[in-house]
Amino acid sequence: MREELGKPMKLRPSGFLSGSVKKRTIKHNLIALSFLSPWLIGFIGFVIGPMIYSFYLSFTNYNMLQEPTWVGLDNYIRIFTNDPLFITSLKVTLLFVVISVPLKLLFALFVAMLMNMGHRGSGFYTLLYYIPSIIGGSVAIAVIWRQIFGREGALNHVLGNFGIEGYNWFSHPDYAIWVLILLIVWQFGSPMVIFLAGLRQIPTELYEAASVDGASRFKKFFSITIPLLTPVIFFNLVFQMINAFMTFTQAFLITQGGPVNKTLFYALYLYREAFTNYRMGYASALAWVLLVVIALATFLIFKSSKKWVYYESEGGKG
Amino acid sequence: MDNRKSKRASIIYHTFIIGFGLLMLYPILWMAVSSLKPEHEIFLNSASLIPSEIKWENYVQGWSGFGKYGFDLFFKNSMIVTSLSVVGALFSSSLVAFAFARLKFKFQGALFACLLATVMLPMQVTLIPQYILFHNLNWVNTFLPLVVPAFIGGSPFFIFLMVQFIRGIPRELDEAAIIDGCSWYGVFWYIILPLCKPALVTVMIFQFMWTWDDFLSPLIYLQDTNLYTMALGLRAFSDPDNLTAWGPLIAMSTVSLIPQFILFLFCQKYLVKGIATTGIK
Repeated sequence: MREELGKPMKLRPSGFLSGSVKKRTIKHNLIALSFLSPWLIGFIGFVIGPMIYSFYLSFTNYNMLQEPTWVGLDNYIRIFTNDPLFITSLKVTLLFVVISVPLKLLFALFVAMLMNMGHRGSGFYTLLYYIPSIIGGSVAIAVIWRQIFGREGALNHVLGNFGIEGYNWFSHPDYAIWVLILLIVWQFGSPMVIFLAGLRQIPTELYEAASVDGASRFKKFFSITIPLLTPVIFFNLVFQMINAFMTFTQAFLITQGGPVNKTLFYALYLYREAFTNYRMGYASALAWVLLVVIALATFLIFKSSKKWVYYESEGGKG
Repeated sequence: MDNRKSKRASIIYHTFIIGFGLLMLYPILWMAVSSLKPEHEIFLNSASLIPSEIKWENYVQGWSGFGKYGFDLFFKNSMIVTSLSVVGALFSSSLVAFAFARLKFKFQGALFACLLATVMLPMQVTLIPQYILFHNLNWVNTFLPLVVPAFIGGSPFFIFLMVQFIRGIPRELDEAAIIDGCSWYGVFWYIILPLCKPALVTVMIFQFMWTWDDFLSPLIYLQDTNLYTMALGLRAFSDPDNLTAWGPLIAMSTVSLIPQFILFLFCQKYLVKGIATTGIK
């Protein structure tokens, strides 16, 4: 590998740096640097730098008008001991994650299995079922959701036909969060496609052998499909969970965190602290707590994966 | 006998899938149909998907927007932001991915680990310091905070996707070119890039979909109504405090989704493949 890197380069005069091996290595590093530079600038200037600054800010009070003032651990102490909205938003978000993610994955798996039954037209159907995932996060869908689940909306009209009187669903304390969960579960397209790819990798011989042994469909599902699909389930679980923790737009537009803070998602609370109240220091501390919560949840899933994720020698999807 | 049974199973299957699919797509169909209904009918018989007459008035009224701001302006702004971001994403992801997939350099492993770590990083952590940074650069109320990040690898996901793709291209091709005296820049431009077309299309689609949809960044960075994107315009239009007519609002919601639909129709092949191989979103 090393040798071919040393062949003369067109863009620079050959002989320019073609002396020792060391010089060649430097040259290669420089070429690599030129390719990497867009990302390196972004990584240092927009990720690492801001993270360090944000960590510093989390120990200050800063309203963007005066210079930040150092307050030590005050922000963190207040978060954990004296901020009922933090507790509320964390509870709301955890509830949302714990309900919406498994529902979404179950739904995605169910539909993926339907698509994998070998009937004609499944490619077309997959696309059809994917549509909500493309546009589900848009303002337009939020507008439509508000109408459909409103007092005079489509849902209540349907219920009215059965003599049931509905509510203004998204402003009812018990149902508001379910309106949002439904919206998120509705966008089950990408886990579905990933499940489908996983299902297609399961060798059909396994099912045939099980059939010969007289295994029921039920048995095959739990003894072949699910175990071989665990790496994909694991992957979907981690990604959907991280996404669910960051849910913002829907709550901001549809329920505005209400009623009585029943849908005050963590990301929404953080946004308000930062961009409505301009408490940049406090909001930075909130962001770091969120990062720790997400890291902890991810760590727990990784840790538990040794118990339930099945890896074939080295196969499976990463 | 057996044949008849499988035929019946097939009919049940298709009926179920289509019926269920229609239920899934109901909100979208409802939106498209309601945008053509006369205003008073939207609430009168709101669940129905059949308008008594087709009216284009909602579109005409909606397109003219509110105050002196029309949706032509918001549409144009969205187009500018989205197309620049797409160019940026293609530029940065292909260059950086080439380095990771083909070159050997110092700290390669560590840097790749950094890249992967940022894929999982919640954006909330960098949101506030980035805002302060852009504020200090006087970039608030310009398109720069929405566009520049794409040019400097703002979506590590895309880089990762491209790395995976380039690794699948046989190395013999670039080795032969190098022996023929081609530079690494030449290898990138003449050999790898043309072969990356499917991956580049995938990057383009996702960057387009996400930027077009994006709400949080425009919300934070664009306060001047002249700069509003479709998402912000629609939100201002739908503000419960000065709620305008539902008809035009639903019509403009429909319009806001049209570019995504067109892209979806033309590129669905790449889209589904892209998700299956990378697990995007």
